[in-house]
Amino acid sequence: MIEKKVVIKNKTGLHTRPAATLVKFAAKFNSEFFIMKDGMEINGKSIIGVMTLAAEQGASLHLRFDGKDEKLMSKAIVDLFNRGLDDV
Amino acid sequence: MSEIKIQNGSATLLGIAASPGIVIGTSYLFSKKIPRIDKTQIFKKDVDQEIIRFDVAIEHSKHELEKILNIASNHVNQQELKIFEAQILILQDVVLLNGIKKRIKDELTNSESVVETEFTKYQNIMLGAKDEYLRERAHEVDDIKNRIVRNIQQEKLTSRFEKNVIVVSDSLTAGDTILFSRNNILGFITDGGGITSHSSLIARSLQLPAVVGLKEITKIINNGDTIIVDGYDGIVIVRPTDDLIKKYNQEKLRHFEFEDKLKTLRDQPAETLDKHKVILSSNIEFIDEVPVILKQGSQGIGLYRSEGVLISKYSIPTEEEQFIEYDKLAALIAPQKIVIRTFDVGGDKIFFDDIHEENPFLGWRGIRISLDMIDMFKNQLRAILRASSRKNVEIMFPMVSGFEEIIAAKKILSEVKQEFKNKNIQFDENIKIGTVIEVPSAALLAGDLARELDFLSIGTNDLLQFVLAVDRNNEKVSKLFNKFNPGLLRLISQVISQTKLQNKKIAMCGEMAGDPLATILLIGLGLEEFSVIPDILPEIKKIIRSITLAHAKKVAEHALSLLTSIEIQNYLKEELKRIIPDIPLSQ
Repeated sequence: MIEKKVVIKNKTGLHTRPAATLVKFAAKFNSEFFIMKDGMEINGKSIIGVMTLAAEQGASLHLRFDGKDEKLMSKAIVDLFNRGLDDV
Repeated sequence: MSEIKIQNGSATLLGIAASPGIVIGTSYLFSKKIPRIDKTQIFKKDVDQEIIRFDVAIEHSKHELEKILNIASNHVNQQELKIFEAQILILQDVVLLNGIKKRIKDELTNSESVVETEFTKYQNIMLGAKDEYLRERAHEVDDIKNRIVRNIQQEKLTSRFEKNVIVVSDSLTAGDTILFSRNNILGFITDGGGITSHSSLIARSLQLPAVVGLKEITKIINNGDTIIVDGYDGIVIVRPTDDLIKKYNQEKLRHFEFEDKLKTLRDQPAETLDKHKVILSSNIEFIDEVPVILKQGSQGIGLYRSEGVLISKYSIPTEEEQFIEYDKLAALIAPQKIVIRTFDVGGDKIFFDDIHEENPFLGWRGIRISLDMIDMFKNQLRAILRASSRKNVEIMFPMVSGFEEIIAAKKILSEVKQEFKNKNIQFDENIKIGTVIEVPSAALLAGDLARELDFLSIGTNDLLQFVLAVDRNNEKVSKLFNKFNPGLLRLISQVISQTKLQNKKIAMCGEMAGDPLATILLIGLGLEEFSVIPDILPEIKKIIRSITLAHAKKVAEHALSLLTSIEIQNYLKEELKRIIPDIPLSQ
């Protein structure tokens, strides 16, 4: 199991489009992926879950990865967050 | 309209006779209101079936949303589009969907109630959020939840139908009616509705007895009651005595005998005693109706409502799918003709519950949609042209209100023709085109429209409601909806003569063409083709064969001089009774 901490960089936060980007990206990996914020924990591969987080720009999230490709996955997902979820 | 008489435990109700025939059977109550979502346990052996239904409902929901995204994007505002986009994403949420399926399996619970609780969980989180944006998202979640539940219930509906029942409902759509006929329903009765409502029209062409406008029938009947439906006189008897059942069985026999007599007319031409020939064709919507019209001796299809292909599909059928349907029809009816009317539906039919208009009858429908959605229109024209190589296909445009629409439609058709020539695709280069005359402005321009076209076909139902400003489905004013209104008759007379002045063909495909009371009048006015619901065809032919053109002209002239609907109706009734004394006239 790997845990990481990220801060939302993109302007619109984790709203519909960036949430979709994140979920689609996460689906490429096999490990389980959970996101925690303000005491709430949701499955990072579920769009409806990610939407309920209402994570705004500047919000900090705890990420947890668990599975065979957790190393690869955690690095890729953290990179994605650092790129601002490719939100243009 | 509805009267109730109760005697010896049986109740007799009088409604509106919507489709002829007598049936005796068991009632099946069908509720159109969205039922409460109850939690029910399911058997282990039914889990797979329940999950398949859920999957199918998800697929259907996705199709509905994709259709809106692909096609309606120009007609829906950006905000709404985003909502649909988010909904599609939710429908692809594997974690969510698998979670629901797992719960159905583990808890042996019906899919609707699992969908309800799962979505409500997220909805509550969103509604409790401080962020306004997120609270807004809760509505999307609600929308998608309702969409899925509706589709699950739709799936279950089809499988729940028992055969050989009489459906009792508050109201029905055309789609419901078709669904019934495919499930061998005996007939239907409804609280609301009128004789010209779409479901009544379809019931008649599928020869499914129906009585509508019964007001409170759904409150009187219990599931499983024995009922008699008399679609000739608009009578429904609930829990009938044995004597009544016997009486109606005899009545049924009597009608069969009369209809058999009419069928001997099948191979005789539709011509008057003085050898004036007219064309007697049929209105249909589904290929299932073709055997019926051939049996009745119809001279081809004067109106094929192509939206039949829309009702049975969740997305707009592709060119290929449409071609297959049109080609099958054209082959079945050849060498006789088929007039294909391009889609004549409102936005609500194409986009289900997603487009709402204040006044859909006066709204975005028929040629208006086709000219706004050129790709869809071209696809339909391609499919029609491909089916035209037997040279028995004609095209008709609905809801035309002005000259410019004809010019625009013709231009698009010629583009498709050119495309076919370039690609060496076979089609009928001289394919005939026409329009339905159903909007008053088009009726007043009939001569000029006829110049641009090969034929006109008068659609009396819409024309009547537009000319009279009467909503035919509004029971409060439906008594004004009288097709023998003198103003309407004068307009029809004008359309017929203006079209003939241009040496173009004039047909009628509305209800009036199939009303025995109107036959002599219409022959007298010079109508050349009657396109009617198949059921009534032999009766109309019998009238045509019993009169002379010379006499019909006199009748028409006198009828046009009368100033009230009632006088005209009574006069025509007298004339008809004089010529065919034993004709069974309703009302």
